[in-house]
Amino acid sequence: MSTRPADTESVGGSPAWRERLFTTLQRRGAIVVLILVVAVSAVVFDNFLTEQNLENIVLQGAFLGLIVVGMTFVIISGGIDLSVGSMVGLGGILAALTVQVSWPLALILPPLACGLIGFGNGLLIAKAKMAPFIVTLAGLLGIRGLALAFANEKPIRIGGGSPFDWFGQGQILGISVPVIFVVIAFAVGGLVLARTSYGRIIFAIGGSEESARLMGLPVDRTKVIAYTASGALAGLAGALLAARLSAGDPNAGLAWELDAISAVVVGGTLLTGGAGTMSGSLAGVLLLSILQNLINQVGTLGSYAQQVVSGFFLIVVVVVQAYLSRKERS
Amino acid sequence: MDRGATPNKSFDISTATSWVRGRGVYVAFVVLVIFNLIATPNFASVATLSTLLITVSPIVLVALGVALAIGTEGIDLSVGSVMALASAFLPLYLGYGWPIGLSVALLVGALAGLVNGSLVAFVGVQPIIATLAMLVGGRGLAQIFAGGQSLLVTDPVILWLGQGRPFGIPAPVIVAVAAVLMVGFLVKRTTFGRYVVAIGGNRSASYLSGHPVRRTLLAVYVISGLLAALAGVVATARLGASDPSNIGLLIELSAITAVVVGGTPLSGGKVKVMGTVMGALLIQLISNTFIANDLPFTWAQVLTAAIILVAVYLQKGRGVV
Repeated sequence: MSTRPADTESVGGSPAWRERLFTTLQRRGAIVVLILVVAVSAVVFDNFLTEQNLENIVLQGAFLGLIVVGMTFVIISGGIDLSVGSMVGLGGILAALTVQVSWPLALILPPLACGLIGFGNGLLIAKAKMAPFIVTLAGLLGIRGLALAFANEKPIRIGGGSPFDWFGQGQILGISVPVIFVVIAFAVGGLVLARTSYGRIIFAIGGSEESARLMGLPVDRTKVIAYTASGALAGLAGALLAARLSAGDPNAGLAWELDAISAVVVGGTLLTGGAGTMSGSLAGVLLLSILQNLINQVGTLGSYAQQVVSGFFLIVVVVVQAYLSRKERS
Repeated sequence: MDRGATPNKSFDISTATSWVRGRGVYVAFVVLVIFNLIATPNFASVATLSTLLITVSPIVLVALGVALAIGTEGIDLSVGSVMALASAFLPLYLGYGWPIGLSVALLVGALAGLVNGSLVAFVGVQPIIATLAMLVGGRGLAQIFAGGQSLLVTDPVILWLGQGRPFGIPAPVIVAVAAVLMVGFLVKRTTFGRYVVAIGGNRSASYLSGHPVRRTLLAVYVISGLLAALAGVVATARLGASDPSNIGLLIELSAITAVVVGGTPLSGGKVKVMGTVMGALLIQLISNTFIANDLPFTWAQVLTAAIILVAVYLQKGRGVV
């Protein structure tokens, strides 16, 4: 159970191309599947490749994508963050409550507040050594409660005409603003993960926290930063979503933590930590988004079937990954 | 903890704290009951008690299964969706008589558990992912089979399971107590229970000792599916209709909370059956207290979150190592 594909990069001189193919497929599987799905849908559905539809797909995945960037860091470090969905709700409410006071505040406060909560999560996990699942489960319950309490359990409308709306509905060169945010997040996240010492330490902790500690790496600080970033990104997603919908909904982001985990896992990041890529997570988000789009296009499939397909898709991907990593081991 | 020659006084304090740590959930429950006796009007009444016990019954049923899964260092997120599946299937076959309808509903739950268990035990999928997929897909399936609508249940025997009161005791409570006794017996008195705890403690060691690891894991998820289906049947009977969209929604969170607050560590190797029951009672009593005192319900969620953190913080260091 402890084989980590990322570590087998250049082990031995075995030139078996099949082995390499399996490794590539497992690590880059999501991208391969993504290309296949896009190619097939482009042929089958006439209006799949239209600009409007592609825009829809990307925009649909943008808010989830922000969360997925943080979740990728957290999961590679061997943890999990269940509180992000509730933070989307809280972020939206905070934005809607503060937008009358000043619109820049509505953009800054949600990531700041949710980042602070994420910081608390990180402290409890890194310093108090509590299980990430429990700490962030408590976060999931408590933060949703806070969001509902602040909003009196009703969505809060954001009056029109505020410059804040632009961050959800505006466009730069024909690209929606939230999409630009998520592209930047993935680019920065990918760079940090692959090219900085911080990223290396995240991988080291996920591989073996004990070894990382013995090597003198700043384990605690690294973990706290990961959960803080995860919270801040979720808060930002909440604010942008509120700007998009012109309302803060305390129930926004319900169960998004599960979608985010699915996207990361589909992207080839192991839940055991220590391995994964940002590009895989991006492919995972896009795949989930396309899947939803296709089901809408088919039309005859209701939202119920959509859930079944999503669940089935997740299992197929994970089973294939399990099969490939077993192959690789033998 | 063993400091040898420590003075008597500090020794007393440390045993006291460790006693509280082990039974924190009981202490918290008693405190909350006392608070309610003072603050909540009509708290000490049969009606209040039976409302509490009836509402907590489905949570106890699913939490028992989740506790077993967590005992093996796994988890079962799919319980709420399995409840919905059982609820959807129950009215479909009630036309052939209640034994068929009930068996089909329970069978569907066992089947869902079998799928979860096979993925975990034989394919090697992580429990959180396997059961997450069932959580997402299961409710969709339930809604498809029910045609997206809620069907009436009129069979008197099934309705009795949700609404009957033999000797004044609500039937759901009897079902829950029976399940608690059975799972308690399984965990404490059978080899199966030993295997569950051994696998959670150290899976490789358990495998090397010749324990039937895969079969045990499979059985754990099947039992969890069965209990969730039973909870679905009871909830459906209480409503008098199937409701695959809402039955069991988010109950996995309550169940995990009950298990964890009750002292079962997420790292496995231990199953606290009575602790789980008390955990479920505690979180239900918190929400009932808020409702009864006209406090905003959302703050109950915040308080529950705080209690989870405190409970787990206190339990830290015991068993987890």
